[in-house]
Amino acid sequence: MTVETPLRRTPLYEEHKRRGGRIVPFAGWELPVQFAGISEEHRAVRTAAGVFDASHMGELRLEGERAAEVVNHVITGDVGRVVDGQALYTCAVDERGMILDDLIVYRAGPTRFLVVVNASNVAKLSAHFAAHAAEKCEFEDVSADTALLALQGPRALEVLALLGRDGADCASLPSFHFRDAVIANTPVSVARTGYTGEDGVEIFCKWGDAAQLYARILDAGRDLGAVPAGLGARDTLRLEARLSLYGNDIDETTNPLEAGLSWIVKLDKPAFVGRDALLALKAKGLSRKLVGFQMVGRGIARHGYPIKGADGAVIGVVTSGGPSPTLGTNIGLGYVPVASAGVGSKIFVDCRGKDVEAVVAQTPFYKRAPRT
Amino acid sequence: MDQVRDGLLYTKDHEWVAGDAAGRKVGITAYAVEQLGDITLVTLDVKPGDAVEAGKVFGTVESVKTLSDLYAPIGGTIVAVNAELDQRPELVNESCYDGAWMITIASDAAPEGLMDAAAYRAFLAQGAH
Repeated sequence: MTVETPLRRTPLYEEHKRRGGRIVPFAGWELPVQFAGISEEHRAVRTAAGVFDASHMGELRLEGERAAEVVNHVITGDVGRVVDGQALYTCAVDERGMILDDLIVYRAGPTRFLVVVNASNVAKLSAHFAAHAAEKCEFEDVSADTALLALQGPRALEVLALLGRDGADCASLPSFHFRDAVIANTPVSVARTGYTGEDGVEIFCKWGDAAQLYARILDAGRDLGAVPAGLGARDTLRLEARLSLYGNDIDETTNPLEAGLSWIVKLDKPAFVGRDALLALKAKGLSRKLVGFQMVGRGIARHGYPIKGADGAVIGVVTSGGPSPTLGTNIGLGYVPVASAGVGSKIFVDCRGKDVEAVVAQTPFYKRAPRT
Repeated sequence: MDQVRDGLLYTKDHEWVAGDAAGRKVGITAYAVEQLGDITLVTLDVKPGDAVEAGKVFGTVESVKTLSDLYAPIGGTIVAVNAELDQRPELVNESCYDGAWMITIASDAAPEGLMDAAAYRAFLAQGAH
């Protein structure tokens, strides 16, 4: 018997349809994979601005005297290092040290936290946080009432400034900081975060306010080149910036150390879920690493393709791959043994029966120029 | 643009066939191109002289997001392969019924199980894809 879960729609569904978005199922949601075209949207975000619907993401609220302690026990990063109005990219692992999800923790105040998790992991992470919050602090899954828009690109802040009241002031937010604001007559929370490798903001608002806010942003930004952008461009943009995609590059069979995420693991902070396992993994040393690679031969690497050594033996697997619109080459990420992980190492990607040469490359593949 | 061109034959996999027994050109339809988006790589696994069977994969076409197999609409012998697509995969986006033909097949057998333009239009309209 198969149980079909009906797909859910974000508050922007009708807006997406109206703007010619091609709707596809994604993590239980109906979302636009593209509007004008993936490469075109990708270039718009690299050169002007794009607006993404991220309302499918999950938002969990923890509040109370012991909320910081609870959050810190669940995540690998150290929430003690962030101040009010600051956000932290981190992850949660299980007792084996394997990744349950990567997430962002927003510290609204000393006793108030918002945790943003991946859509595919909302149920799992909600249960996980709820279990640890039990009898220690308040916990609420506010995903159903929280919409999220991502306004990304070198002109994103100019677009934001056109939206009125606090829009212009939000440009002074440092990276990974956020604040409450009113833009386009809508109460929102604006965060200087994103998933594209570009400057920009993510805007939280009430579910019911999202459609008009989305339309207002696109209208205001049209002359600056702002376009609606879909999941396709979101994926190519994040891949160029080497931002991990849960379910592709990281999952419950991978640990943050081999995934190149040791920087979000603070082993020296007080005990947290998975700490012992991660300490043991670190002591033992890594057997494989997630690396970036560039295709040398003619072929496009895709998720799941085997990676081989020069002798034809399978040594790893591609986790993400595709053409890079910015570089004009074919790029990818994959796990390979540490001995083959050095930049310049020659590897082969088995593209459906054809072994195509590739070379381990420096990541991120794309890094935006510093602001002047 | 009309997604379907009169005078061609079509498969349910959105390939088109044109020409006669001496050489039938094969390509993919505008509908297929629209679904794929920007084409970034065309790989043709056959060369002139090769025999192909109807329904067998003769190559792949890849876009930013996905890879799709190309199926031979008819059996026969390959007489030509469009080498230009090697260097210019974007030609498929620009000219799928003309410049971006993919292979030419010589085949004595009459094409079987293909749709004419009217039937293919109806097929697309049904959403049977």
